Amino acid sequence: MAHIVIIGNGISGVTAARHIRKNSENRITVISAETKHFFSRTALMYIYMGHMKYEHTKPYEDWFWKKNKIELKQGFVNSIETNSKTLHFAEGDTLQYDKLIIATGSKPNKFGWPGQDLECVQGLYSKQDLDSLEVYAPNNKACKHAVIVGGGLIGIELAEMLHSRHIPVTFLVRESSFWNGVLPKEESEMINKEIISNGIDLRLYSNLKEIISDENGKAKSIIIQETGEEIPCDIIGLTAGVSPNIDFIKDSDIETNRGVKVNRFLETNISDIYAIGDCAEQHETIGYRRPIEAVWYTGRMMGETVAQTICGNRRAYNPGHWFNSAKFFDIEYQTYGWVWAQTKDNEARFYWEHESGKKCIHINYDKNTREFIGINTFGIRMRHEFFDKVLTKKQSVEYVLEHLADANFDPEFYKLHEKEIVEKFNTENDTNIQLKKRNWKRIFQPN
Amino acid sequence: MKQIQNTGLALFLVGLTLFTSLIFFGKYEVSLELLEEIVNNKGIKSELFINDIKANVVGKEFTNPFSFSSKITSAIETANETHKQNSEWDKVIWDKPHSFTYQIAKKAGSGFIKENKWLYWWLTFGLGILGALMYIIPNVVIKGPPGIKNNGIWLNASTNRGWIGWFAFMFLVGFYLLLYFRPDYIVNWTYIVDPISESLSGNLASQWFLYGFLYCTVMSVMAVRMYIKYRHNKYQILRTTSVLFFQIVFAFLIPEILVRFEKPWYDFKNAFPLDYDFFFSWNIDQLIASGGFGLFILVWGIVLTLVIVPVMVYFFGKRWYCSWVCGCGGLAETLGDPYRQLSDKSLKAWKFERWIVHGVLVFALVMTGFTLYSYFTGSEAVLVIKTQTIQDIYGFLIGSIFAGVIGTGFYPIFGNRVWCRFGCPLAAYLGIIQRFKSRFRITTNGGQCISCGNCSTYCEQGIDVRAYAQKGENIVRASCVGCGICSAVCPRGVLKLENGPEKGRINPTDILLGNDVDLMDLLNQK
Ligand SMILES: Cc1cc2nc3c(=O)[nH]c(=O)nc-3n(C[C@H](O)[C@H](O)[C@H](O)COP(=O)(O)OP(=O)(O)OC[C@H]3O[C@@H](n4cnc5c(N)ncnc54)[C@H](O)[C@@H]3O)c2cc1C
Ligand code: SF4
Repeated sequence: MAHIVIIGNGISGVTAARHIRKNSENRITVISAETKHFFSRTALMYIYMGHMKYEHTKPYEDWFWKKNKIELKQGFVNSIETNSKTLHFAEGDTLQYDKLIIATGSKPNKFGWPGQDLECVQGLYSKQDLDSLEVYAPNNKACKHAVIVGGGLIGIELAEMLHSRHIPVTFLVRESSFWNGVLPKEESEMINKEIISNGIDLRLYSNLKEIISDENGKAKSIIIQETGEEIPCDIIGLTAGVSPNIDFIKDSDIETNRGVKVNRFLETNISDIYAIGDCAEQHETIGYRRPIEAVWYTGRMMGETVAQTICGNRRAYNPGHWFNSAKFFDIEYQTYGWVWAQTKDNEARFYWEHESGKKCIHINYDKNTREFIGINTFGIRMRHEFFDKVLTKKQSVEYVLEHLADANFDPEFYKLHEKEIVEKFNTENDTNIQLKKRNWKRIFQPN
Repeated sequence: MKQIQNTGLALFLVGLTLFTSLIFFGKYEVSLELLEEIVNNKGIKSELFINDIKANVVGKEFTNPFSFSSKITSAIETANETHKQNSEWDKVIWDKPHSFTYQIAKKAGSGFIKENKWLYWWLTFGLGILGALMYIIPNVVIKGPPGIKNNGIWLNASTNRGWIGWFAFMFLVGFYLLLYFRPDYIVNWTYIVDPISESLSGNLASQWFLYGFLYCTVMSVMAVRMYIKYRHNKYQILRTTSVLFFQIVFAFLIPEILVRFEKPWYDFKNAFPLDYDFFFSWNIDQLIASGGFGLFILVWGIVLTLVIVPVMVYFFGKRWYCSWVCGCGGLAETLGDPYRQLSDKSLKAWKFERWIVHGVLVFALVMTGFTLYSYFTGSEAVLVIKTQTIQDIYGFLIGSIFAGVIGTGFYPIFGNRVWCRFGCPLAAYLGIIQRFKSRFRITTNGGQCISCGNCSTYCEQGIDVRAYAQKGENIVRASCVGCGICSAVCPRGVLKLENGPEKGRINPTDILLGNDVDLMDLLNQK
C-alpha cells in the first residue's frame, strides 16, 4: 500500500484523490493551507453576494472524507525534499510520501505596481481573500468606492459582487474592449455594454500606474497611467490574471518554468511526482490549448487522468474538445470548439445577435471545407453533447445550422431564435438550409 | 423607490397587526332564543348542558372570545362526563367542543366588527394587500434588470433563519393552531369575509372559507413577486399562472359555487390520497345522495388517482401536479419561494424523508382500507382497531399537524416544501412512478458543471442536485417536483428539465464529457 500525498485540495487534487480511492486501496493524504474541506472556488462570488453560505459551496459533506479514507491535513508545505521523499511544513512537521501530486493551483498576478502590497489591496482567489473582502468592503458605507484592475473573468465577477452591495466600482481594463484577447469584437462589445448598463464605471485602455498610501499604510487611491487621473477608493481588487502557485517548489529539483513542467502523462522530471490543475505546465501544447490552462474543467480532467496512472494504468492526458462557460452579470456564455478573437486565414464566421443586444451566437467554420470549428453562445444555452459529437464527426456548418433545434438547451417554453438565425445565414451565404424540427431520438442517441 | 417600499411595509404591518388584534375583541351574547335555536338545530338532548348555559352564559355579555369559549366548552365537557358515566349515549354532545362553540359564537357575536365588515376588510386585507404590493412591485427597479437576483438572501434575517424568520414561524404556527383547533377564537376573522362568502355560496363564512380566501389572496400577492423575480424565465411565469389558476378556480370558486347550487363541495383537482377523506363514509354517502353529479365526482375521483395522475406522471413527471396544479404546491411556490434555500440537503435528511413520506402513504392506504372495509361490511372496527379512531388519528396527525402546522408553519425554518417532501402521500405515490416509469428527467449538460452549489442550495426538495450534475449524471429522483429553479439559478446552463425517451434517462458516469474519449468509454462501461 503506497502513500499518495496530494498538495492542494482544489478540484484537481480532490478529483485525483477520489479516483485513486475508486481504483485502489492506497493510503491517501490531501494537504491544504486554505480550508479544511474542499469547496468550490468558482462559487466564491456567491458567498459574498449572499446567494449561498460557505457551507453550500462544499461539494461533499464533511463525513465523505473519512468514509472514503481520504486523510485531510491542514498545513502549508514549505519545501519538497525529493531524495528522501519528504515534505516540510511551515508548521515545523514533516510528511513522507511514496507518490506526490502537486495540485497547488494559482495565485493572482501582481506586476510590480507601486503600492501593490498595501493594506486594502487584494486579489480574489482564496477563501482568505473573500474574508478580507468582507472586512474591507462589507457595505457601501465602510467602502465608498472600489477599483478593480484587470479585465478578465475574475475581474468582472468582482465587479458584480461589489455592485450587489451597491458599492460604486471603477473597472480598469488595459485592452480596448473587455476580454478581447479571447472574445471576438462583437461579443466583447456586448459585454462592455452589459458592464456599463449595470452602472460600473468601465475604463478601457486604462493601466494602473500606482497605488497611493495614506499615513497608515492603507491604500487610499490609485492613479491611471494613461490619464494621470487619481481615483480615491477604499478597496482595490487586483484581477489581472493568475499564475501557478509554485514558489515553494522553485528551490527543489523539480523542473519548473511558469508552472511545474509535466509531460503528457502529467509526470514531472522527478519520478513519482506529478503535477495537475492550474499549476501544471505542459512541455508541448496539446492541440490549440495553452500550456497552462487555469480552468476548472481541465483541472478535473487532469485529476481523472493522473489517478489512472497512479493506480497502474498509465495514461496520457488527452483532453477532448475544448469547452468553457462563464456568466457576465446577467448574460450566460458557453463555448464549444474554437472561436478565436481574430479570424484565421482559413476561417469564416457567422454572427447573429438578438435585437435585445443580450443574446448572440458566433460560429467559426472552415471556409474551404465547411467544417464546423466552434461556437460562442451568449444568452442561449446549448447542449454540450451535441457539439461534442459535431466536433468529433467533423460535421459541416450547414449540419449545425440544420440541427440547431437539437442543440438548444434553454429551459422549456423559452422563445427560440433558430429560425431567425438560419434565415440570416441563408441570406448572407446564399444557401438554402432548412431548419429541422427538434428530434428527441437524435438528441439522446449515444453517438 | 425605497420610500415606496418602506411605506408599503408599514401599511402591511398595520394591516397585519390589526388583523391579529381582532382576535382579542368582540361582544358575545347568547339570548334564550338563540340557545333554543341551537338546541333544536343540533338536536341536543343534554339538559345538563342546557341548564349550565342558561345559568352561566345566557344574558351575559362577554367581551372576548376566550372567556366565552371557556364557559361553553367546559359546559360541554362537564355534561359529557356525566352522561358518559351514566351511559346516556344519546345525550352526549359528540361535536368537537371548540367547533361547537364556534357555531354559537358566530351567531352570538355582535359589535363594531360584525357591523362594519367591509370597513374591517379594507383595514386588514385591503391594507395588507396594498402594502405588500407596494413592497413587492418596486423590486422591478430596485433589484435591477431581469435575471437571477438572489443577492443578500443569506444575509437577511427574514430568509436566513434569523429573528424575522423565527417570528414568521411563530406567527404561522399560531395561525394554524387557531385555525384547526380553536376556530371559536377567530370568529371575528370570519365576519370580515362574510360578504364575499355570501356572494359566492350564499352562506356566511366558515373558518374554512376564511382560510380559502386568505390562501388565494396570499398566493395572488406572492405570485406578483414571482412574476417579477422570474420575469426572464417563461417556465416560471407559466407555472406560477397555472398554480394560481387551479387554486382560485378549482379549489376556491368552483366548490363554493357548487354549494350555491346545493351540490357537494368538491375540489376537482384534489386527488386521493392527498384528499384523504375522499372514501370516508360521510363523503361517499353525501356523493351518492346527490345523484348523478355526485356519482360523477365519485368516478372522477377514482379515475383521477388511478389513471390520470399516473399517466400524466409518465409523460411529464410529477411536476404536472406538484408544481403546476396542486394547492399545497401552489402556496409553497409563491408564499414559500423566499424560503426554498432552507431545506436540508444532507444524505441523512434524504434517508429520513424516504422513511417518513412512504410511511405516511402506507398509513393513508391502510386507513382507507379500514374505511372501505367498514363501509362495505358495516362493521365499525377491523380486528380490534376502530375505523373511526384511525381516521381521527390520521386527520389530527397528518391532516392538521403535518400538512398545516408543520407543512406551512415551518416554511421559514425548514423551507417551503416540508409537507410535500416529508408528508404528502400523493407525492410519495407520484414519486414512485416518476422514479421508475417516467419520461421526465433533469438533463445534465455534459461536463459544464463547476460545482458551485446554487442548484442544490435553491432546491426546495433538498435534492443535492450538484451531486449528480458534477458527475455529468441526469437527475432522476422521486421527490423532484420539477419547479425548475435549479435550472434557473445555474450560472453555467447545466440543467434542463425535459421529457424524453426512457432509455438512457439514468446515466451513471465515472468520467465526464470533455475528457479523453477512450478513457470515458473504458471507465463508463466498467
Ligand atoms: C473567483 C474565481 C472564479 C472562477 N470561476 C471559474 C469558472 O467559472 N470556470 C472555470 O472553469 N474556472 C473558474 N475559475 C478557475 C478555477 O477555479 C481554477 O482553475 C481551479 O479551481 C483550479 O483548481 P486546482 O485544483 O488546480 O487548484 P486550486 O483550486 O487553486 O487549489 C489549490 C490548493 O492548494 C493549496 N496550496 C497551494 N500551495 C500550497 C502549499 N504550499 N501547501 C499547502 N497547500 C497549498 C491552496 O491553498 C489551494 O487550496 C475561477 C477561479 C476563481 C478564483
Ligand atoms: S448550479 Fe449549475 S454549475 Fe452550479 S453546481 Fe449546480 S449544476 Fe453545477
